[in-house]
Amino acid sequence: MNELRQLYQEVILDHNRNPRNFGRLEQPTHQAQGINPLCGDELTVYLMLDKDDRIETVCFEGRGCAISTASASLMTETLKGVSVAEADAYFDAFHALATGAAVPTAGLELSKLEVLSGVQEYPSRVKCATLAWHAVHSALHNRGTKVTTE
Amino acid sequence: MMNPAAGLEPVAALDAAALRRDFPILHQQINGHPLVYLDNGATTQKPASVIDAVAEFYHHDNANVHRGVHLLSQRASDRFDSAREQVRSLINAASTAEVIFTRGTTEAINLVAQSYGRSTVKSTDEILVSAMEHHANIVPWQLLCEETGATLRVAPMNDSGELLTDAFTELLSEKTRIVALTHVSNALGTVNPVRTFARLAHAAGAVVVVDGAQSVAHGPVDVQQLECDFFAFSGHKLYGPTGIGVLYGREALLEDMPPWQGGGDMIRTVSFEGSTWNTLPHKFEAGTPHIAGAVGLSAAIDYLNGIGFDAIAAHEQALLGCATEKAKSQAGMRIIGNASDKAAIVSFELEGIHPHDVGTILDSAGVTIRTGHHCAMPVMQFFGVPATARASFGLYNTTDDIDALFVAIDKAQALFAR
Repeated sequence: MNELRQLYQEVILDHNRNPRNFGRLEQPTHQAQGINPLCGDELTVYLMLDKDDRIETVCFEGRGCAISTASASLMTETLKGVSVAEADAYFDAFHALATGAAVPTAGLELSKLEVLSGVQEYPSRVKCATLAWHAVHSALHNRGTKVTTE
Repeated sequence: MMNPAAGLEPVAALDAAALRRDFPILHQQINGHPLVYLDNGATTQKPASVIDAVAEFYHHDNANVHRGVHLLSQRASDRFDSAREQVRSLINAASTAEVIFTRGTTEAINLVAQSYGRSTVKSTDEILVSAMEHHANIVPWQLLCEETGATLRVAPMNDSGELLTDAFTELLSEKTRIVALTHVSNALGTVNPVRTFARLAHAAGAVVVVDGAQSVAHGPVDVQQLECDFFAFSGHKLYGPTGIGVLYGREALLEDMPPWQGGGDMIRTVSFEGSTWNTLPHKFEAGTPHIAGAVGLSAAIDYLNGIGFDAIAAHEQALLGCATEKAKSQAGMRIIGNASDKAAIVSFELEGIHPHDVGTILDSAGVTIRTGHHCAMPVMQFFGVPATARASFGLYNTTDDIDALFVAIDKAQALFAR
């Protein structure tokens, strides 16, 4: 049970029950859909960038497991107000954190995301945690495309 | 089919606790708990007699079949041929000419679509599948429709997961060339009245292809009694090896069908001007087959015959009844698929908990279930769920396994109620 609580921490359960920034933007500057074809999870991320390429608004909608929903929710809190370059750095850092690789921390505020490091012990669930991040990455760099975890 | 015939001699009860000893894999800990294996719909575990038969074949009898004059090749050929007879007897095919070895159910259905389908289906024809098919009994027909211009039709089901006979009948016409139907739904557990639908389809002039992947291990199956034209199943869901499966086809149909893969064993003569085909069933078995797989499948059928298919069906129906009762009294649990005739498959949802979280939490208690769309995405869409959790039972499961399942479900609900 201890390892399980490491995965399903209170913060994750809370963000699953009450996801932050949940909903759609009517006129986003960037958006992308993330699909995990193995489990049928799908979510769409919407971003509004300001004139300096900073993320002014980021939100998501869709349905998935507690890990993918909480991860998306925590991601939106992390990315609000950061630049595209910083978002890319967070993407790399989160990917490392979820897979148990060395996490590049320079200048990043990762404390909020660290609750998801428990997925390291559950290889089949890493894709759940990274789904929203892949969608954002795709939205920012290949506008309008669908991204899958496969 | 799943219910043993009433009024006949009583079925000897199956001693699942004793049979568990025949399955080495069951005796291990998963995440610190005894393994509770409830993913039999995905694949069944193998008794030691199957594992030993495969090993013994490689130790003593391995050679290519139907090729050499040497003794070893003769022994391998004999074992391969007797496996085919064993399968014939299992499903009561009229002859071994009607039993084609494939890699599994998927390949068997693709064989029918590519050989029978491509040689008979025209652009004005229709192919009718049911709303509860596995992707393996949808996509091969979609490919065939793309190639031929034919139209795919879908026979609907009700909210319990039962096909609607009237709607099925209305969809049949002189255009219907093929009806492809699952015997037992892998996602819902529904047992379809195949013979009833086969008679309707035949009256319209269609041939009937049955996906037997989920039925053949769980009760007696008689292809003549089902009145189907083709019947496909996999060895690994029948307590046998992966990579070996069977296509049954009526001999008259198979005779008229062109080969679908070319190579060794399927030919009679080859010249650069043209080739002629071997007799059935070899015409459809190009290349060296999975000989050891057939040997293992034969051992699995031996094992199951020793227990008795009526006893297996009765045992699993008792487990289904027990699990269904418990599910009904479990707050926040909803069963997806409530057909009146069901195999021992319980697809479910827990309120407020995604099936993948259910799967991970159950696994942490050693309870192995399947979560996801079960390769039946249209079924998920019909019931308005992205996925379900599924417990599917086999001959070695006991009521202790059901207890462990519900203890783990309590744990999931407690964790998410925090």
